[in-house]
Amino acid sequence: MALENILILAAASLLWATTFRNHGRTWFMLIVSVVVIFWLQPALPIRGADFFTPLATLVLVVLTWFITADDETRKGRKNITVLLIIAGVVLLLNLTRFLPTDFQLLTASRPPQLETTLLIFLVTGLTLLALSRLTRFSASFLTVGLILTIGLFLLIKIPDLSLWLSSFLRTLSGQSLTNVSINDFRWLGFSYVAFRLIHTIRDKQSGRFPSVDVGEFITYVIFFPAFTAGPIDRLERFTKDLRAPFAGLNLETLYSAGQRLLLGLFKKFVIADALALIALNDTNATQVNSTFWMWVIVYAYAFQIYFDFSGYTDIALGVAQLLGIKLPENFASPYLKPNLTQFWNNWHMTLTQWFRAYFFNPITRWLRSWQKPLSIPMMILLTQVATMLLIGFWHGVTWNFTLWGLWHGLGLFIHNRWNDATKAKAAAWATTPTKQTALNVSGIILTFHFVAIGWILFALSSPVTSWQVILKLFGA
Amino acid sequence: MNQPIKPLNVLVKGLLLFILFNLVIAAWQPGVGQFSLYNVLYPGRERLPFGENPKQSYNLSLFDLDAMFASHVIAGTPKADDEFRVIIVGDSSVWGTLLKPEETLAGQLNADNLNACGKNVRAYNLGYPTISLTKDVMLLSYGMQYDPDLVIWMTTLDAFPLDKQTSTPLVANNEEKVRELATNYQLRVEADDPNFEVKSFWDKTFIGNRRAWADFFRLQIYGVMWSATGIDQVYPSDYEKAQTDFEADDSYHDLTAPLTEDELAINALETGFRVVGETPMLLVNEPMLISSGANSDIRYNFFYPRWAYDDYREIMTTLSERNDWTYVDLWDIVPANEFTNSAIHLTPAGENMLAENLAPYILENCK
Repeated sequence: MALENILILAAASLLWATTFRNHGRTWFMLIVSVVVIFWLQPALPIRGADFFTPLATLVLVVLTWFITADDETRKGRKNITVLLIIAGVVLLLNLTRFLPTDFQLLTASRPPQLETTLLIFLVTGLTLLALSRLTRFSASFLTVGLILTIGLFLLIKIPDLSLWLSSFLRTLSGQSLTNVSINDFRWLGFSYVAFRLIHTIRDKQSGRFPSVDVGEFITYVIFFPAFTAGPIDRLERFTKDLRAPFAGLNLETLYSAGQRLLLGLFKKFVIADALALIALNDTNATQVNSTFWMWVIVYAYAFQIYFDFSGYTDIALGVAQLLGIKLPENFASPYLKPNLTQFWNNWHMTLTQWFRAYFFNPITRWLRSWQKPLSIPMMILLTQVATMLLIGFWHGVTWNFTLWGLWHGLGLFIHNRWNDATKAKAAAWATTPTKQTALNVSGIILTFHFVAIGWILFALSSPVTSWQVILKLFGA
Repeated sequence: MNQPIKPLNVLVKGLLLFILFNLVIAAWQPGVGQFSLYNVLYPGRERLPFGENPKQSYNLSLFDLDAMFASHVIAGTPKADDEFRVIIVGDSSVWGTLLKPEETLAGQLNADNLNACGKNVRAYNLGYPTISLTKDVMLLSYGMQYDPDLVIWMTTLDAFPLDKQTSTPLVANNEEKVRELATNYQLRVEADDPNFEVKSFWDKTFIGNRRAWADFFRLQIYGVMWSATGIDQVYPSDYEKAQTDFEADDSYHDLTAPLTEDELAINALETGFRVVGETPMLLVNEPMLISSGANSDIRYNFFYPRWAYDDYREIMTTLSERNDWTYVDLWDIVPANEFTNSAIHLTPAGENMLAENLAPYILENCK
């Protein structure tokens, strides 16, 4: 989100909270969120894609709600009103195509012909109708929904598939394939949307899905402060805030939200953007001529990614707070943690909690349930590496993200084993506060550098260049 | 006992402090440009900051002369007893478009390890990539504080037209400096020259002048990349070569033959000589591409029709003789194949030819 987007959304939220308080607050959040996913979607070279991509997000969210909601909730009359209003908002956005170009402010490019949007509405409506006619709602729909969401996720994240998708969409829109590229199709916010959808489907499968209407569900999945960069909230927690009466802003809340927002803006637009000028990237990785400066730009990247990401989180938390929503924290001084396990417990916390809940814990239980279970170290190795590889793939299915996942997976495993082997000795040695501090500080320095070296794989796109940077760091 | 925070008070106090800060900045106009991390945390730049693509060149254009010079290596290099200090002013051909610092004229002269009157010649590149004699004089007057033993002023006809003198952004944004030259050295400047950017009180506040502040900070930050890479401009692997075929057009700046001194900024040239005072200065007519393509009987190159350039050379010779200036006309010493993307931008080999031709003059002009 650019600075002007943030300021407009924060001002709109503040204005609503102070003027209307609880009146229509949920409607405000829903409608603004719908508009925002169109507004923030960047322009795409494929004709109409920057309009149909957010529309696809909405369709996917509505379908997921439909297969996860219970019968009674699904039949609620409010759902039809919500769907009609959302359809109306989308149609209004689509109708801006008839305005002069200078007034088409809410979409990245001129919206497409109305007929295609109406056709998508018709197909979605018929699908919902067909599903609702089924007398017994099959659990297999959930599995299909899960596979579809993961499939879409892979389609976007795997470069070859992404290229194929771009070619397919270009052919569909009658465009030349000459300039086709994997960057043709950028589905804004889909990584976070997909994780929220998977979370709800999995919770439904395990019988923990709360009863929410379609408006609440859509607001949860595409809630505008957290749409582009998280945090990944849990549906149960989010709806609790959504349903709680909102008495409007008092000075304390305004102060706290404003402080958070300003802190976030400072972190992102002053510190992170300044560090971005000197942070490691594919171009400067091969230009730096000394070990010292290579360390400097690697450090710059480590701090840039932290301030950028945690700044966005602060902004999201601040804006959400203006509307009475307390989003979960995502960062808790991760670079000041004395070991890698603690680092991951405090870095992008909502993502790691998600993976713990929906991958690490289930797979660990499954491995333990084997008749002839694996040894504990082997089990830890498998689960840690698999989890971190998946977190790597979440960022993109490339060699460098794979290596980054592997780096952290092995790091967590080694820390686990090291901790087991030396815990008693370390406790026996660190008997004075000075020794404890020394142990702690050395742990922080070691962990930070382990993470910083890992960022090289994350920041660059080629394993060869990454290796050259690592060699340069150590004087080669 | 902790008093409860009153958010409204915090907001009002914060706002008032911010307004006060802006007013103080506007009234005080602190010369922050003099403070620089260059020559302290990282080495000074070999040439003045200029760049239109900062993310790739790790360099940017700004108008604060203090900040520009403070980032230059000359500001951090005390003149040694055995140093023969040469400063070179001029346009992009001196600054070195498409050339690495060591490939520029200053770089090549330094590589030659010249010895003038028992001192080691150290050349500093104070060129700047816009063409205007007034801009050159402004930078020259600033550069004089670094106590040069010799000044080399590289120039070409296109720096002379009167309409180009103050329109270059560096000059347009430094009216005060130009007016000082008018007061102290009789530089001719119109009292109401519309090219100058007039700053209101609001423009001088921190908010109003935020672009300049941001440029200052970005210049400091890019020092890291300059130190880390030695890169200060984008070096494209491929570029369009300077034009050698032309339309049959002999026009030049709405001027007609013959070219006269009145139509050129001779006063700026004279001002330059007044600025350097007793310090020897070589005035050099820089090499240019002499085309042999279509209509080359009418035009020498993209910049100049033959009549205008021939008249200019005559004027320069007459002027130099009249004023006893040391004038070197090197207009045709570099063959056409040693130019890059413009009729005045040389290849490294071309710069080397230029340096070899200039070296004897440097040795002759030492005291």
